Amino acid sequence: MRITEHPILEFQRGEEISFFFNGQELKGFEGETIAAALHAAGVRVLGHSHVMHRPRGLFCAIGNCSSCLMDVDGEPNIRICVEKLKPGMRVETQQGKGCLR
Amino acid sequence: MPKVKETEILIVGGGPAGLSAASAAANLGASVLVLERDGKPGGQLIKQTHKFFGSKKQYAGDRGYQIGDLLIEQCRNNPNLEVWTDTTVLGIYEDGVVTAEGQGKHLKITPKKIIVATGASEKMIAFPNNDLPGIYGAGAVQTLMNVHGIVPGKRVLMIGAGNIGLIVSYQLMQAGVEIAAIIEAAPTIGGYLVHASKIRRAGVPILTSHTITEAYGDEGVEGAIICKLDESWQPVLGSEQDLKVDVVCLAVGLSPLTELCFQADCQMKYVPELSGHVPVRSEYLETTRPGLYVAGDVSGVEEASSAMVEGRLAGISAACSLGYGEDIAPKLQAEALAELSELRAGPAGQKTLRGIINLMDKGGVVC
Amino acid sequence: MLNKTGIPTAEDVKKVSPSEDRLKKGPVAIIECFQEIPCNPCTEACKQGAIQPMEDINNLPKLDFDKCNGCGVCLSRCPGLAIFIVDASYSDTEAVVRIPYEYLPVPQVSDKVVGLGRAGEELGVFEVIKVQSGGQKNKTYTLWLVVPNDLAMDLRSIRLGGVRHAN
Repeated sequence: MRITEHPILEFQRGEEISFFFNGQELKGFEGETIAAALHAAGVRVLGHSHVMHRPRGLFCAIGNCSSCLMDVDGEPNIRICVEKLKPGMRVETQQGKGCLR
Repeated sequence: MPKVKETEILIVGGGPAGLSAASAAANLGASVLVLERDGKPGGQLIKQTHKFFGSKKQYAGDRGYQIGDLLIEQCRNNPNLEVWTDTTVLGIYEDGVVTAEGQGKHLKITPKKIIVATGASEKMIAFPNNDLPGIYGAGAVQTLMNVHGIVPGKRVLMIGAGNIGLIVSYQLMQAGVEIAAIIEAAPTIGGYLVHASKIRRAGVPILTSHTITEAYGDEGVEGAIICKLDESWQPVLGSEQDLKVDVVCLAVGLSPLTELCFQADCQMKYVPELSGHVPVRSEYLETTRPGLYVAGDVSGVEEASSAMVEGRLAGISAACSLGYGEDIAPKLQAEALAELSELRAGPAGQKTLRGIINLMDKGGVVC
Repeated sequence: MLNKTGIPTAEDVKKVSPSEDRLKKGPVAIIECFQEIPCNPCTEACKQGAIQPMEDINNLPKLDFDKCNGCGVCLSRCPGLAIFIVDASYSDTEAVVRIPYEYLPVPQVSDKVVGLGRAGEELGVFEVIKVQSGGQKNKTYTLWLVVPNDLAMDLRSIRLGGVRHAN
């Protein structure tokens, strides 16, 4: 959920853009992180743990904890809490540990 | 860009301490480069909506994000000073070379002096299902809410009644999110009582001697069980409460982010009052590695007000050691030290003072 | 108790309360600051010389009730939102309480709002008679609420309300 009115802060959002999450088209704002856009769209489960396959969500939001690694435009292990959203980006839930190309 | 970037003073981290250090050093004439891992400098200040305590000298009465903007502006207007964002320092080598990653490139910097102002990272606590989506560090909630303008959920259980737990609860309320309760394992509230009172009078219960026993939910948090703790911090049987919440926010303390200090071979010491391992340093914040200074939470977790003053002190000291402002530096250093003593003089600062005495004490186990 | 619950006790409040006589004379600040923390903006806010300068920045504020004219500048400057203005001279039966406010929606003049005490307990429904913005930088609103005399030293907040989220 996006905050539309705040008693103290004003949010300067970029242009509204489209991106794809597991093939589904979603909207977000240029300049925000991928994680922020997914969160605003109500996506909380970002991946699953390797061994127990437990759901993983956003935890630190500053690129420290690796809870939010996803596959972005074909590249695995992207920390989507710090990676900025771009138009047409393809964000996919990552299966396994990903391969370096 | 040349292969190796030269600068007189390199500052690692563009938060309150780093930016204050940068403008203090640059004002004395030193050339300064600040490296900040985030896309925008300001550190945690830019996420703070409340008015700061302290005195005018530490911008008391201004809101955190306003102070952040002010520090950024001071740095921007200084011709001796560069700030590189989206740049993460990777290592400090024996020969004095510092490496960093930025704009997809591996960068080498050869500074004459280094100020490490990396801040702190959040602590975690153990309870069943603490890995569910919907469980956030308090910093993540602040980033999501106050930088991106997105609320983490509808109803929150806050763990921790230190200043961060209290402040983030208030920020959530300002964003229209309900706080089911703030729980604190200790028998008393750790944060400033004025923060606690303003939240409490809006109807939010603050439950001291309470802890979380588990979170539950399938694909994300659907609720949490909390219980009372007795005087020996053991759960009181039958005191469990089930809170329907979709967010559990952890504000259970910070640890100094000292990897670079360890790696640079600074002498380190474990000081509980300063929240973990911290580098041994002089009164002027120089560590045991000559020319490497520290400032802010990395030298012991405290408030942003003191981080700014420490930054200023480290900046002046580093610049002075290079021969800048030798005439006025002693006076500026004395002023900064006086401000720090003033900020730490009250009951709230006693823990920090004990920690610093413990740190400066030559005895004890060090690593 | 305050440090266990966040609720100042009656004893705490008594320490910062003026006499009945002073209350009856007109608006006066009630500084509900009970913990020594490094903070002094209230002393610089006061142009009446009523809040004395602190020797140590950690001191509790000291207010001279007779010098205080209830102007409310300190209310909007206190970082802890711990200062309230009480005017018990408003009428024979009612007093006006001014409180700091940093939530949305901001009530409008003549709105009826649910008043809360220090524990967040409901005290009744009261009318807002004035609303003042803190301005572009300060941003803290001040609300003027009319309450029965006997609640003047109890009412300290209002019930938050209103949903303001898109999607």
